[in-house]
Amino acid sequence: MTQLMYALLSLGAFALVAGIVLAVAQKVFHVEGDPMVEKIDNLLPQTQCGQCGYPGCKPYAEAVSGGLADVNHCVPGGERTMLAIADLMGVEPKDLEAEATAPMIAFVREDECIGCTLCIKACPVDAIIGAPKQYHTVITDHCTGCTLCIEPCPVDCIDMLMKPELIEHWSWPLPDTQRARLGHDRRETHAGHA
Amino acid sequence: MPAMLRKLAQRLGILQHSFAGGVHPEMYKVTAAQPVEVAAIAPIHILPMKQHIGEACTPLVTVGDRVLRGQKIAKSEGYLSVPVHAPTSGRVVRIEEYAIPHPSGMGLPCIFIESDGDDESDTTLEPLTNWRELNPAMLRERARMCGLAGLGGAVFPTFIKLVQDKRFPIETVILNGIECEPWLTNDHRLMLEKPHDILTGMAIIMHMVGAKSGIIAIEDNKPDAAESMRRALAEATDMQGVHVVVLPTRYPQGSEKQLIYSLTGKEVEAGRLPMHIGVLCQNVGTSKALFEAVVQARPLTERLVTVSGDAVENPATLSVRLGTPVRSLFASRGLDDLTGLHLLHGGPMMGERLNSADVPVVKSTTGLLAMRTETMMLAHTEEQPCIRCGHCSEACPVHLVPNLLADACRSDQFDRAENYQLFDCIECGSCSYVCPANIPLVHYFRYGKGQIAQTRREQAFAEASRKRSEARDRRIEAEKTEKAARRSRVRRDHAPAKPVEAAEPEYNDANDATQEKS
Repeated sequence: MTQLMYALLSLGAFALVAGIVLAVAQKVFHVEGDPMVEKIDNLLPQTQCGQCGYPGCKPYAEAVSGGLADVNHCVPGGERTMLAIADLMGVEPKDLEAEATAPMIAFVREDECIGCTLCIKACPVDAIIGAPKQYHTVITDHCTGCTLCIEPCPVDCIDMLMKPELIEHWSWPLPDTQRARLGHDRRETHAGHA
Repeated sequence: MPAMLRKLAQRLGILQHSFAGGVHPEMYKVTAAQPVEVAAIAPIHILPMKQHIGEACTPLVTVGDRVLRGQKIAKSEGYLSVPVHAPTSGRVVRIEEYAIPHPSGMGLPCIFIESDGDDESDTTLEPLTNWRELNPAMLRERARMCGLAGLGGAVFPTFIKLVQDKRFPIETVILNGIECEPWLTNDHRLMLEKPHDILTGMAIIMHMVGAKSGIIAIEDNKPDAAESMRRALAEATDMQGVHVVVLPTRYPQGSEKQLIYSLTGKEVEAGRLPMHIGVLCQNVGTSKALFEAVVQARPLTERLVTVSGDAVENPATLSVRLGTPVRSLFASRGLDDLTGLHLLHGGPMMGERLNSADVPVVKSTTGLLAMRTETMMLAHTEEQPCIRCGHCSEACPVHLVPNLLADACRSDQFDRAENYQLFDCIECGSCSYVCPANIPLVHYFRYGKGQIAQTRREQAFAEASRKRSEARDRRIEAEKTEKAARRSRVRRDHAPAKPVEAAEPEYNDANDATQEKS
């Protein structure tokens, strides 16, 4: 009988200790689950341009993860973003709705600007600086090329220009050999069927 | 006797360390026996605003200004940068974008100086002949001010390396006189003609970093250079800890980490610098330039350039002013018509193809080679399938597996490429050189590195945009709340003085419906 008691007590005590350790560990080593919305949002280019039909990248990510939107609506992200989202969601890739254009940036023709601040309010990434009745200007390094500032401008003094190519950002193209192209194409088609 | 013992030990492989892999390309050092010639001063000099690794400079002069040789014409922006100086006296005629020696064929803002033929020097800088008594920090500032960047071809700003760090004291200074690229003979000629200048430069470096010992490394295909340096060393009175080491010729021995291993047997790990193992490496040309900057108060305005290649009848090692048009240099060696020739900036192993000869000589121009197509060293016939011979892995000095890396890069599997340590590749070209299937391996690696860098840039930009967008959302939200709070305050204060029937309704943020009801 005493033996049974000892066994039960010691096991019980052990279970209690283990339970406490586990409870503490759960609190201390708690890992925030990475929800789908954030994962998708991380794949998007964050231009906040609204070309997908949603007011920004996060809302689109929410729609995609909720199954409300297709994976092929992000225009500036292009083929690569679409494939990445499709892979993540485990769905079939789809053709893009519109062809991505070359990267652009907005430019304010300052002598025509009347300082109305409407473009500043429209810019989703705060890339335009200025104050009422002062010239506004676009911070080239921050502009995502979303074109949202074009529409509100009452005097049409904002142009979209080609983003200047920097020599520092130039990168080597694939070698110009048949095998290079073949190997590359094979990967592309492979990815297409993934 | 000790020399003989050392030799015996080296023969037996007891003393000698040796980096992995490597190749033995044909050397073609056709200009090795010719003294350095001084190139004529060109009528127009073109000075790109960035000739080093790091941040670009901004012009200090405007069109029409007269400048003197050695005058600072562009100031460095940021820490990792060195200024640009006028290579001769003359007038600034233009400041505009112009092509630089770069595989993209793209340009950078350049200052154009029309030389007036006087070649008058700026004498505002004081010679520091008493450098031995001077604070290293002051000499370091001199190295920066004079625009020094590594003249072996990497053009890393020199002053950054010339620093005393208590955590990583420099014990050994290595002067790199290996010059393992075929065709090039700058360092070879310099060691023959200016050994004392090189040694003084080395003494200044050792004084600056507080090093006790020094090694001058030379390959055994340049015995005359080794002899010249030894003689100069014997004449010098204050270079006790320094000796000349002759290494067996093998490419890429001149690469910093490979050289350090050959000399010391110590490996500089990936992502770490030579200073972490107490070593500092400088090219002999940089050492001489430092001597000129400190003792003669002359900023970097000229460098040695080997103009050679099988299409150049009259090749030479030239002392060239920076900014000299490449076309005029070829013309001065009797090569006027460049059509159909392959032009290389640097050596044939690591150099990059020039799209045009209308580019200036810059601080990184070690050599200018003109090759006939059929005899070009790294002729690329059409790429053949890999036959898994493994020659590339044997040749790789950093223990990579080039054929797998190339496969990964070719098919855009960049995660895989990074797992194979793509970024440890030093692009020495040994693998491409030995590949019997003519696979342009290094080209694939450059492609892969570029694509990965591009993706990282895009991710960083997206992340920054997201942060700004979120900050904006927060701000708008805060403004709304504030406005609503203000409105409700105003309503409360100016409410008509009639008895309140029930509890005052609580105003919700900016909820119009609630506001209308109240």
